[in-house]
Amino acid sequence: MSATMSTTPPQSPGYQLPKEHYLNATYGIRSWLLTTDHKRIALLYLASVTFFFFVGGIFATMIRIHLLTPQGYLVTPETYNKLFTMHGVAMIFFFLIPSIPAVLGNFLIPLMIGAKDVAFPKLNLLSWYIYITGGCFVLYSFATGGLDTGWTFYTPLSSVYSNSAVTPAILGIFINGFSSILTGLNFVVTIHTMRAPGMTWFRLPLFVWAQYSTSIIFILGTPVIAITLLLAGLERMFHLGFFNPALGGDPILFQHLFWFYSHPAVYIMILPAMGVVSEIIPTFARKPIFGYTFIAASSIAIAVIGFFVWAHHMFLTGESTYAALAFSLLSYLVAIPSAVKVFNWTSTLYKGSISYDTPMLYALGFIGLFLIGGLTGLFLACLGLDIHIHDTYFVVAHFHYIMVGGAVMGYVGGLHFWWPKITGKIYPEFLARLAAVILFIGFNLTFFPQFILGYLGMPRRYHDYPPEFQVLNVMSTAGASILALGYLLPMLYLTWSMRYGKVAGPNPWPATGLEWRTPSPPPTENFEVTPVVNWEPYDYKNRPDLGLATPTAPTLAPAHGDD
Amino acid sequence: MHRTGELSGQFQTLEQQKDSATLGMWIFLATEILFFGGLFLTYTINRHTYASMFAEASRTLDLKLGGFNTVVLIGSSLTMAMAVWSAQVGKKKLVTLFLILTLLLGCVFLGVKAIEYKQKFDENHVPGLNFQFEKNADQATNAHAQLFFSLYFGMTGLHALHMVIGAGLLVWLIKQSMAGRFTPQYNTPVENVGLYWHFVDIVWIYLFPLLYLIDRH
Amino acid sequence: MQSQLPFYPEQASNFAPSVDSLMTFLILVSVFFSAAITAAIVIFFFKFHRKSKNEIGVPIHGDMRLEISWIVFPAFLALAMFGWGAVVYVDYRHPPQDTLDLYVIGKQWMWKIQQPNGRREINEMHVPVGRDVKLVLASEDVIHDFFVPAFRVKMDVVPGHYNTMWFRPTKAGHYHFFCSQYCGTNHAVMGGWVTVMEPSDYAAWLSGSTGEDVNPVVAGEKLFAEKACSTCHLSNGTGRAPSLNGVYGGTVRLADGSTVTADDAYIRESILDPPAKIVAGYQPLMPAFQGQLTEEQIMSLTAYIKSLQSQPVPATGAGVTVPGKR
Repeated sequence: MSATMSTTPPQSPGYQLPKEHYLNATYGIRSWLLTTDHKRIALLYLASVTFFFFVGGIFATMIRIHLLTPQGYLVTPETYNKLFTMHGVAMIFFFLIPSIPAVLGNFLIPLMIGAKDVAFPKLNLLSWYIYITGGCFVLYSFATGGLDTGWTFYTPLSSVYSNSAVTPAILGIFINGFSSILTGLNFVVTIHTMRAPGMTWFRLPLFVWAQYSTSIIFILGTPVIAITLLLAGLERMFHLGFFNPALGGDPILFQHLFWFYSHPAVYIMILPAMGVVSEIIPTFARKPIFGYTFIAASSIAIAVIGFFVWAHHMFLTGESTYAALAFSLLSYLVAIPSAVKVFNWTSTLYKGSISYDTPMLYALGFIGLFLIGGLTGLFLACLGLDIHIHDTYFVVAHFHYIMVGGAVMGYVGGLHFWWPKITGKIYPEFLARLAAVILFIGFNLTFFPQFILGYLGMPRRYHDYPPEFQVLNVMSTAGASILALGYLLPMLYLTWSMRYGKVAGPNPWPATGLEWRTPSPPPTENFEVTPVVNWEPYDYKNRPDLGLATPTAPTLAPAHGDD
Repeated sequence: MHRTGELSGQFQTLEQQKDSATLGMWIFLATEILFFGGLFLTYTINRHTYASMFAEASRTLDLKLGGFNTVVLIGSSLTMAMAVWSAQVGKKKLVTLFLILTLLLGCVFLGVKAIEYKQKFDENHVPGLNFQFEKNADQATNAHAQLFFSLYFGMTGLHALHMVIGAGLLVWLIKQSMAGRFTPQYNTPVENVGLYWHFVDIVWIYLFPLLYLIDRH
Repeated sequence: MQSQLPFYPEQASNFAPSVDSLMTFLILVSVFFSAAITAAIVIFFFKFHRKSKNEIGVPIHGDMRLEISWIVFPAFLALAMFGWGAVVYVDYRHPPQDTLDLYVIGKQWMWKIQQPNGRREINEMHVPVGRDVKLVLASEDVIHDFFVPAFRVKMDVVPGHYNTMWFRPTKAGHYHFFCSQYCGTNHAVMGGWVTVMEPSDYAAWLSGSTGEDVNPVVAGEKLFAEKACSTCHLSNGTGRAPSLNGVYGGTVRLADGSTVTADDAYIRESILDPPAKIVAGYQPLMPAFQGQLTEEQIMSLTAYIKSLQSQPVPATGAGVTVPGKR
């Protein structure tokens, strides 16, 4: 394939689905459960992370209903504590961390780099089974009474004092860690060795750069949380003393080990979403992304610096003042690459040809919400201010802006963007735009009041709060109901469109990546002929095959043509 | 099922396949370093806090058995390296022989380790099972000694688990090797298991002085 | 106390104004950036909206000057935020001299507070206005966190560690305090009220303590005898263990040659785990008291040892280096 392959505009009507593609190549439940096709594995993950999103979402709904009144009549204190713990465990370990990497990453990385599959397809399937095994342990914990330690599992509460089903949950998260490790390993090797001819490092889509950075964190961070949780679990089972001060251990050591992974884990959630946004914005502005190298390098910078900021979760544990100063400074440092990305995305819009398509709405919504989430991170990194807002609702609002406003907006936006590729069908555009707007409004109404609550001094994880905090809590719950609608809508119409949607054609937007140069849905082996890349990323000007006007220089040969 | 030496579907060339496998193995070992790293850090901090107690507890370990095991394991690394070399130069019989030797040495190591564990069990030095460091030891002494033995069992146990997995891999390699699968062109599995085996070996090279030798002069 | 929809809690300590101005600075910076970027997005969105179906954008790949400026300019702002925040934090982490020391013990799910004269309170804390107050925090079980929003201060209460925090109340009144580190079932109700009083009222309140309250120094002295500490720690320095006269707050030279300041944490550690730090010239003979004393008893012992601060230090057999003597 070359850039000068086709001259007909791909949007011309009357597209048919390809006769054979990865979805209908083989039939039966076995063909799915034993598949090694990265695209099918991605769909297995899609189904399972959606399930955990629902589980976590139900817990969230109950939390918000309970908080409508200061005394909270819905559930007992014990149940409330279990609800927010299970909400956190389900959402973080089983939805957010695997969502974009395991669903979109699995589906797209081989397509984007022009490979037939990932480097280790069997390992890829094994990762899914490990994820499911871990998930079963956690669900078992939920079903046998749940756990009430908070998703952070701080010792000695989790290892000694809690009377709930902590052990199976810890085991579940421990097991699930290996799924992350193997996925990360698979992606790094795939990106290193499987790139198609001409797909140089600086021609990689930015989504791949983001996934590469994420995989580094998977590889280097996850083993540490695995061993830490294992130690906490052993301490609980055999009454050992690693983190129990009564037996000579140190609870602060647990926090160090825990956050050594769990802070970078935040970047596991947000980096891939940034990758998605970096794909969507140039596509719907129809111009190259502004500062490609800076966006790519900032992903790596975030992954690397992200490993050296963990103790900013511990400014008030009594850690030494010098450590606090160092970690605060490093936390400010990691903010800069994130800011660089925001500036570059915004600049990409300048002199673009911008459309209102749904993925674009999500991407712009992402920028707005991530901006607030990122900026409030500066408040928490600020030592003097952290004394007051640490462990209050300010923190809750901040990380929901990053994880829900950022990561989930990116994930849902990415699902819309690549939905035509995944299913071959187009979703109903009007409903989709409506859902994007509802999500944006509902989200802000839910979480913005929590910043104020936090500054007013409402601590987190409270089932019962002083009456002066009620107004803002009611606002938050009202927002949550709008937010819930915003999530249900895409769930419904996306499912509907799989069967009844219009046929999309190979490149409906059109976009420039390799994944759009194969039929939708793609064949099992991704490309009929191994593609050769001879264009720069996001280059609309030199891509006559896209069938778009090139107003400035009508008939220019491909700048990097080598054929 | 594809036969060994053949190209798996997702790859374009044999070279690409080999590069991927080797890179994958190195990355896997990097994750292993961090996995053990958490334990080493916990050990280091507690060793610093309870230096004298850790020294005292360390002296109850059997230096002779530990030293013997160190020699055994270094020997097994040598035979493993020989197996890799034999595979690369295509001496098929030698590959099998060296792999079997490696497996045997690995089993000796695990056997000696089991004897040591049994001793600890008899001395009530197994954390969580009626742990008692010495007769009439006070609560603090017991707690801190138990920390040492928790880490001893945690670290050597995790290491032993890796040895068991390595032995399983060796059995698989021996079967392949007896079928004559490994040639100078195709020997990635031998090389990669070799890398793994050496890694497990190196972990022991760190564990031995940390646990057995910290306070012996 | 609270207005209809307040955005700031009441300002009732020396830290409140500095934390609030820090907050204002950060809000201003954030609003500036959010407004600038949002405005840019909205303007671009409408101005460069796609006019025809096949239109493409102008290919602009980047601009080095812009990239450098939006790395460098925010970096300076970040440094300013860091520096200002650090100043407030360092002040907070270093209590001034001559504080009013209160002992605070957290346990699932209540706060036990002890005034310097031994008066005990549960989930209540009385402090005088205008005086530097230092809280010594200990936990009997899991991690808690003592948080007074009106003072803008909090600190984790970690089992096995002593943490300290300080503040100077500036306004008499009645203020909420909370447990702000999740600690189990009734975490949300593990709170209470701080009452800030005029110094004279505080003194009156303090002297009105009921007979049940035992002065911690007295309790500590009793324990000191009961646990047989007094058989070795002779005050004249002739015992098998160093005299404790004047130890509190002094510099202790250890067997390994290093020195340590004898603060609450050091005394606590020396009681629970004596071999950890042996005073130079002495044998590690003392039994460990880990698991045999409650946090309250340790605090009483500490209070007693603190009361020996002004006692004459013997020429030999003291655990402490008298300032200026070495």
